[in-house]
Amino acid sequence: MGKQITLDCSGLMCPMPVVKTAKTIKTMEIGDILEMISTDAGSMPDMQAWANQTKHELLESHDEGGKFRFLIKKTH
Amino acid sequence: MANGTNKLALIASRGSLDWAYPPFILATAAAAMGWDVGIFFTFYGLPLLKKELNAKVSPLGNPAMPMKMPFGPEGFQNFNWPMPNLIMAGLPGFENVATSLMKKTFKNKGVATVNELRDMAVDLDVRLIACQMTMDVFGFKKEEFIEQAEIGGAATFLEFAADANVSLFV
Repeated sequence: MGKQITLDCSGLMCPMPVVKTAKTIKTMEIGDILEMISTDAGSMPDMQAWANQTKHELLESHDEGGKFRFLIKKTH
Repeated sequence: MANGTNKLALIASRGSLDWAYPPFILATAAAAMGWDVGIFFTFYGLPLLKKELNAKVSPLGNPAMPMKMPFGPEGFQNFNWPMPNLIMAGLPGFENVATSLMKKTFKNKGVATVNELRDMAVDLDVRLIACQMTMDVFGFKKEEFIEQAEIGGAATFLEFAADANVSLFV
């Protein structure tokens, strides 16, 4: 099993959550899980689009009342 | 990247603080998705490649631009100040005031600075092409630009854009 890394993008607005996610994923190993936390409401559709485009797996996305939490698996 | 074939070709033709954002935001977001990205900086967009970024915003000629205060209680911050063009045109230093208000508001909301976005674009290997013709016309030298800027003309950009999925003129 891969390890899990957390990236807190709270307070950052578009496009930084997506950009920081991409940069962090690059440093990880295949199979690792990235937990990304954001307060930008645009992250919900944007992370889905990002995952569709990059083919990394968006395992979970949660709206926790103004805080958004994503679990992404690095697939390649 | 599994999907490295998507490509974004942008033309940045405006260099004011407000218009500096769209090309850098789109470029960094696309690069973060693994796309190939290139921006052609031409006419008033060219100063966005200068080492010392000094983009300003003018409410004059931007009639739909909201004038917001970046301090005080929420109701005060959300109030849209009516600023007739006559006042903005006549007040010395108004552009500097509007620029600092916009920078402060953006910072408060967590929007990255144009400098940060440009650094990010460089970091993500976005191609930054400076228009040679504009450089000649307005007297810019390559040494004034960040070192990652390459020099090219319309053909250079068009060759890059020929197989782009998305091409936008900003």
